[in-house]
Amino acid sequence: MTVKSDEGDVLLDIRSLRTRIETLRGVVHPVNDVSLQCRAGRTLAVVGESGSGKSMTFLSVLGLLPAGGSIESGSVTYLGREISTASPKEMRRLRGKSIGMIFQDSLAGLNPSFTVGEQIGDVVRHHENASRSQARERAIETLGLVGLPNPRERVDYYPHQLSGGMRQRVMIAMGVALRPRVLVADEPTTALDVTVQAQIMELLDGLRRELGMSLVVITHDLGVVARYAEDVAVMYGGRVVEHGSVRQVLKSTNHPYTEALLRSSPRPDASVAELDPIPGQPPNLLAVPPGCGFHPRCHRRDGREDCTVQIPQLRALSPTSQLTACHHAEEMVMQEVST
Amino acid sequence: MAAETAEAPGAPFVAGQDAVLRVENLSKHFRQRKRFGRPSPVVRAVDDVSFDLARGETLGLVGESGCGKTTLSRMILRLIEPTSGKVFLDGEDVTRLEGRHLRTFRQKVQVVFQDPYASLDPRQKVGASVGEPLTNSGLSRERKLEIVHETLERMGLQRGQARLFPHQFSGGQRQRIGIARALSVTPQVLLLDEPVSALDVSIQAQVLKLLRDLREEYGLSYILISHDLSVVRHVSDRVMVMYLGRIVEIASKHDLYTAPRHPYTASLLSAAPVPDPDVERVRERIQLAGDPPNPVNPPPGCAFHQRCFHASALAEKLPDDEVEVLADGRRVPGACARLQPALAPGAAGTRWSACHFPLENEETAAITA
Repeated sequence: MTVKSDEGDVLLDIRSLRTRIETLRGVVHPVNDVSLQCRAGRTLAVVGESGSGKSMTFLSVLGLLPAGGSIESGSVTYLGREISTASPKEMRRLRGKSIGMIFQDSLAGLNPSFTVGEQIGDVVRHHENASRSQARERAIETLGLVGLPNPRERVDYYPHQLSGGMRQRVMIAMGVALRPRVLVADEPTTALDVTVQAQIMELLDGLRRELGMSLVVITHDLGVVARYAEDVAVMYGGRVVEHGSVRQVLKSTNHPYTEALLRSSPRPDASVAELDPIPGQPPNLLAVPPGCGFHPRCHRRDGREDCTVQIPQLRALSPTSQLTACHHAEEMVMQEVST
Repeated sequence: MAAETAEAPGAPFVAGQDAVLRVENLSKHFRQRKRFGRPSPVVRAVDDVSFDLARGETLGLVGESGCGKTTLSRMILRLIEPTSGKVFLDGEDVTRLEGRHLRTFRQKVQVVFQDPYASLDPRQKVGASVGEPLTNSGLSRERKLEIVHETLERMGLQRGQARLFPHQFSGGQRQRIGIARALSVTPQVLLLDEPVSALDVSIQAQVLKLLRDLREEYGLSYILISHDLSVVRHVSDRVMVMYLGRIVEIASKHDLYTAPRHPYTASLLSAAPVPDPDVERVRERIQLAGDPPNPVNPPPGCAFHQRCFHASALAEKLPDDEVEVLADGRRVPGACARLQPALAPGAAGTRWSACHFPLENEETAAITA
């Protein structure tokens, strides 16, 4: 089941993806029956806590799973071509060129002993058979594209000569140097100051428009989601639990987990008298609760049996509403209408 | 480099006799290592900071990285020595305490660190960590163990868990252990350094709620350092904003969030996204240009003038001889580029800000709307 939307061509289509990782303590499924679409020119936000599977979904797509990890079932197509079964060599060609990825920690992502120009140029030379000077020109051009002042001079800087915000821009430059059609940004602003956060998100949003990319933002920041995303997928315990437009999910949620997340977050624009914490811990993948993964923490379960037995499937309550994976979503909607 | 400063009109003290902590003109200047005999520049990490903390109050401290939040907190904890200025606890000057007196002081001011993975010794049982601040208390072993168990239980953990190691706990539980360790000596002031930044959203609310309850129960006063403006708004009574080592604004939470007077505060608030698409899509946002300036070589005048939206807007209306043109071609009022503004109170005597042209209510209404 996927969200119906006519806008933008589907570039990346993930269907019923299930990923397994063999660990010393047993097999875990960090991604379970996940379906998502990335559309040209649109921004999809994937929201969830640690262990929700939001990063693992896209690491699976890009063939970057940690040792012992593999796709167990499901399909991933890029421009109609199946890539979940592609060879490592084909995946290398695809990564960066078709699907770019930006990781959270900009300091860890850059090699301290090479200039930023060499590192961006490497990406270009690896994929495009370009000469050193061509690669360097492309690096300068891309650094300008991501708003680094004085790119012709800064191309010869080492990472330590740049501030945190500028390093993050270099990481983005590496991600878009080959002008990919899909750009996945994994927690792009988490470690940054609010003012720099805003700059980086505006930059990514501008690049999406300018290059007509499909942007995927993996985040736990609901404020970033509200401002930049068109579509939202909320993940919990390896599954998508709610999926729809940003207004549907944030303004009239049909899933108790999304509701609980919103109620437990303080807001910068209003005084919230009392937060409603979600009890317990995010789920442990080694011991996923039976039935609905959220049932041990759910404030709406009310002792019901089916929540602990049957895994709720994503479904739309009406032809125009978002998808939700809750057995009792109708009840939530009824209450919203009555209050 | 000695910047000219406008005449200081006192300090933003509000608590009077009721102050549990008082910081007067505190500065920390670091001298960088000499390179090849050349004179080394001085970094004014914290520069002439004064404020006080009322009993039972929570003072939020916000600012970008490098603004001096951490250096300030380390001086309050007496982990580093100030270059000048004084710290008073309960009216007593603690800036130069040594030996036994310093050890007594340490029981009264405690700290909770950001990263619950790094701040607990992985080879020490949790009970030993929590009991460590009690080492010099002179209490019997049994009494100390009792305190450890009681504190852990108050944090929502079980007494049996004192025998476990940190890796056996989740991030949220570890942060509770960090709080338990700070509270085992029943301090008066608790310094919270990004206490929930490393935690998942659903766990953040649990810890914030716990902190709020503990403040009442233990009669604590908090200094909360955070870059998360939502968290600060939720927990604080008053909020202090720092920029490049100095206080640029200090006011009650309500005033600061609804009517900031300093353009930097307004920029910070405007940068924080709101989890509501209807609000967020129509909101005008102030985009700050560039990064905070290098503290080794701070700009003359107001440290913020090179990034200030308000200064450039004001310069539009001024005659050419009252305007300074910056290196990047931007124009700002001459005062902003030449004279460092002093922290001064507004008309009502509250809401202190360090700006030559503080924002008026109608100007901020447009920003915070």
